[in-house]
Amino acid sequence: MNYEFLELTELRKLLDEKKVSSVELTKYFLNRIKELDPKLNSFITLAEEEALQAAREADEYIASEGENFPLTGIPYASKDLFVTKGIRSTAASKILDNYIPPYDATAIAKIKAQKAVLIGKTNLDQFAHGSSGETSAYGATKNPWDTERMPGGSSSGSASAVSAGLVPWATATETGGSIRQPASLTGVSGWKPTYGRVSRYGVMAMGSSLDSIGAMAYSVRDLAMIAEVMSGQDLKDSTTGPVEVPAYSKLINADLKGIKVGIPKQYFIDDMESGVKSAVMDAIKELEKQGATLVDVDLPNTKYGSLVYAIVCPSEVSSNLARYDGIRYGHVTGDAKDLLEVYQKSRAEGFGDEAKRRIMTGTYVLSAGYYDAYYKKAQRVRRLIINEFEEVFKQVDVLVCPSTPNVAAKLGHAAQDPLFGYIADQLNIPGSLAGLPALSVPCGFSEDLPVGLQIIGPQWGEQKIFNVGAGYQEVTEWHKQHPSIK
Amino acid sequence: MENSDNTYRPVIGLEIHVQLSTKSKMFSSAPNNPDTTEPNVNIDEVVTAEPGTLPVVNKEALRLGVMVGLALHCEIPEYSKFDRKHYFYPDLPKGYQISQYDEPIAQNGYVDITLPSGDTKRIRITRAHLEEDAGKNIHPEGLPYSLVNYNRAGSPLLEIVTEPDIESAEEARIFLQELRNIVRYVGASSADMEKGTMRCEPNISVRKPGELTLPKYKVEVKNINSFKFAEAAINYEIARHKEMLEAGNMPKQVTMGWNEKDSKTVEQRSKEEANDYRYFPDPDLPRLHFTKEFIEDLQGQLPELPDAKRLRFKNEYGLGSADIDNLIIWKELTYFFENVVSELTEWNEVEGGKLDMPKLIKQAANWCLQDFSAFLNAMHQNPTESLVMPENMAEMIKLVEQGKISSSAAKQVFKVMFDKGGEPDTIVADLGLEQTSDEGSILEAIEKIIAENEKAVTDFKAGQEKSFGFLVGMAMKELKGKGNPQIVNELLRKKLSE
Repeated sequence: MNYEFLELTELRKLLDEKKVSSVELTKYFLNRIKELDPKLNSFITLAEEEALQAAREADEYIASEGENFPLTGIPYASKDLFVTKGIRSTAASKILDNYIPPYDATAIAKIKAQKAVLIGKTNLDQFAHGSSGETSAYGATKNPWDTERMPGGSSSGSASAVSAGLVPWATATETGGSIRQPASLTGVSGWKPTYGRVSRYGVMAMGSSLDSIGAMAYSVRDLAMIAEVMSGQDLKDSTTGPVEVPAYSKLINADLKGIKVGIPKQYFIDDMESGVKSAVMDAIKELEKQGATLVDVDLPNTKYGSLVYAIVCPSEVSSNLARYDGIRYGHVTGDAKDLLEVYQKSRAEGFGDEAKRRIMTGTYVLSAGYYDAYYKKAQRVRRLIINEFEEVFKQVDVLVCPSTPNVAAKLGHAAQDPLFGYIADQLNIPGSLAGLPALSVPCGFSEDLPVGLQIIGPQWGEQKIFNVGAGYQEVTEWHKQHPSIK
Repeated sequence: MENSDNTYRPVIGLEIHVQLSTKSKMFSSAPNNPDTTEPNVNIDEVVTAEPGTLPVVNKEALRLGVMVGLALHCEIPEYSKFDRKHYFYPDLPKGYQISQYDEPIAQNGYVDITLPSGDTKRIRITRAHLEEDAGKNIHPEGLPYSLVNYNRAGSPLLEIVTEPDIESAEEARIFLQELRNIVRYVGASSADMEKGTMRCEPNISVRKPGELTLPKYKVEVKNINSFKFAEAAINYEIARHKEMLEAGNMPKQVTMGWNEKDSKTVEQRSKEEANDYRYFPDPDLPRLHFTKEFIEDLQGQLPELPDAKRLRFKNEYGLGSADIDNLIIWKELTYFFENVVSELTEWNEVEGGKLDMPKLIKQAANWCLQDFSAFLNAMHQNPTESLVMPENMAEMIKLVEQGKISSSAAKQVFKVMFDKGGEPDTIVADLGLEQTSDEGSILEAIEKIIAENEKAVTDFKAGQEKSFGFLVGMAMKELKGKGNPQIVNELLRKKLSE
């Protein structure tokens, strides 16, 4: 029997009915990774022994009395930005090539408590800096739909691995599109939570005021189930909110009748590919057909989103990367005459170009005399963007637009253009700045490559986007299309 | 020098760091213990800044910080926030220190100090803010590497900054001592300069009398670990600046370090190359909101502060300022002292108010400040940890006052009380220290020693007063030390004049 591309509910049923063991599933996916991943490079580290041990424990748990957790015994992969106790965690950077964390990220600990099986750590843009997966120090990840193309980023490995059926689901993170964009380009469902919904503790920080911890899977229902596990206030992360976690998956209401769907005109930009536009317009028509009311809405400050992001994000990056100094862990230069050289050389050797670019930008922006002109002003504009969304969500339940303006580009395309990410992410960034929850769900193809539909909800409005996403997937088959890797 | 002393006035502001005595660190649950000697044990993944870790504000540190702010008569703003201050150093694990830049938890306060002249002077407090401490770099002698101890890293600090209102090294010392008292009264810190739980960095410059603008330079002095050194370092700097200005040179804006071996300051680094710390609000920590209720609650929790207590001790007990100052520095000892006084007051009520209360209170103060303090210090104890109870001390003072024991016997009694505890009358009985006031037996002893010491008697009669003291001593010896000295004196003088 083949287990790839099965949704979590299907795997749950097989495990509960003892038609397959967790060890068998784990071995199955490990073999699939070994066979196919050389073509994709979606993993940095495979945790084979730890995974089999976890699977044996899961099987014992399943064999014992009582109900299993939704994720018990099911293999998954984690973006290598999450720290995993005893398992190498690199952020896809040479500066952490040898780093074995002494603790688990809160999200990982919650998944572990369900007796899920962590099978390995997936590739990403170095420290999540990028939108193509190509800034990884461990080589670019490839798109399973066309291995000459990028899978998007920064959650490149998670997207590619789920898309190719190497794992049933994977954790991912977003700062400005890093879940929605690769999910869209690889044809999987991706969830970017409300900022503060999932603890950031143990996820290496990129832009602390933006980082959102989410997941990728084959369906919105799967994502709702995963969201229930990963979400919740964490006393170790003061930016998580004291907001109860609803039983998202049980509460899903796929009936779209009467749902008000906002169509923001600013998100249908001129240079959008025509194939992408028509797939998204078809999806919107489908929502209307299912009973949703379409409302044209205006978000004029959208155009400032990327500019604000280009200041706020590098500022926080430059600060967050200061701890990688070669003193306590990680790469340390073998060639330093004094302390200053330990810093300079360890960091010069360890960080990739994109990290250095953002450190320089952020350092400049935060310098005395520039802080008010850039960072402070950017935060004020950010407030306007947040207010604008709040106003719009008084009129509509969700917003719908493309996840990205294009399909997956050829590998190497991004390297020629340092601004590649900023342009590709412009449909994601305003929502990130406002800390809003969003989904990307497959909604068709353009030039035989997947197109994603973005569904954005109000703050803490996870249930609304899960409802609309699940409603759409009830009546469409796009999320059931999978690549055949040659 | 004499001349230039009159032509310049020092302008001094202080930055004081106080390590708050919380159980855990400022932003993590790792232990906060300044007494730990084994390196790198008071740490966790947050302290060493492992990837992915996040800070969480220690609520107790926040409470103590605001309490000190209130005790310093500061305004507590409704909102406050934490900022990141960036620089690279091995003892700073995150590459930034979490501190407070433009919205401290307390601002615009003051401390009134009493100068030796008896005048009161107000030193304004600019601000007080919370931050985390760094670790300590250690440079083993002769070895080609350095080590870092992160035990102190992340410990909660309250930085207190004064306006440049201080005009002499002595004022600085008095202010620091008063600040230490306040912090200790609030229970916020052990505030011990020798142990580093209180650190002081003076900013010093001098100007001509009558000049109202601040001098164009200031010199910061670091590495000061006692009140004495603070005073010495400031005096050293003042003299140095005067000398330079007299010679027509402008002192450089520098950071100096106090070198305690040579009793002088040494240049550490030039402020011109000061870091750009790139402050920005820490996105990991939500803004702080202090509600009215929170602040009122803390205001209500404030104990009586040193200045109020000082005034009360003067008015209520009539103690001299030296005694008051010596008591005030030890909060727990003032509590003990007041309990002794209240026992004595009860006794006075029973006696119908006939006792000489000022004298008894003075004796209570003397016992607290002399024998009791000395014994406590030798044992590194606090009065609350001692076996001596306030009622025991009061009882002992009563025995002396009633003439039941001599004051020298009382010293023996107190030593036993301190070492083993117990009621003074039991101890007196056990040691056989009851004093005799029986005139018959005293007279008998006096007659005996007069007969045995003819020369001394002759000398006294010839006008040598010191022979009297000798004869008193001999009589006391004869009485095995139990004679009431007052009666011995009286009777001896009477007998000798016969």
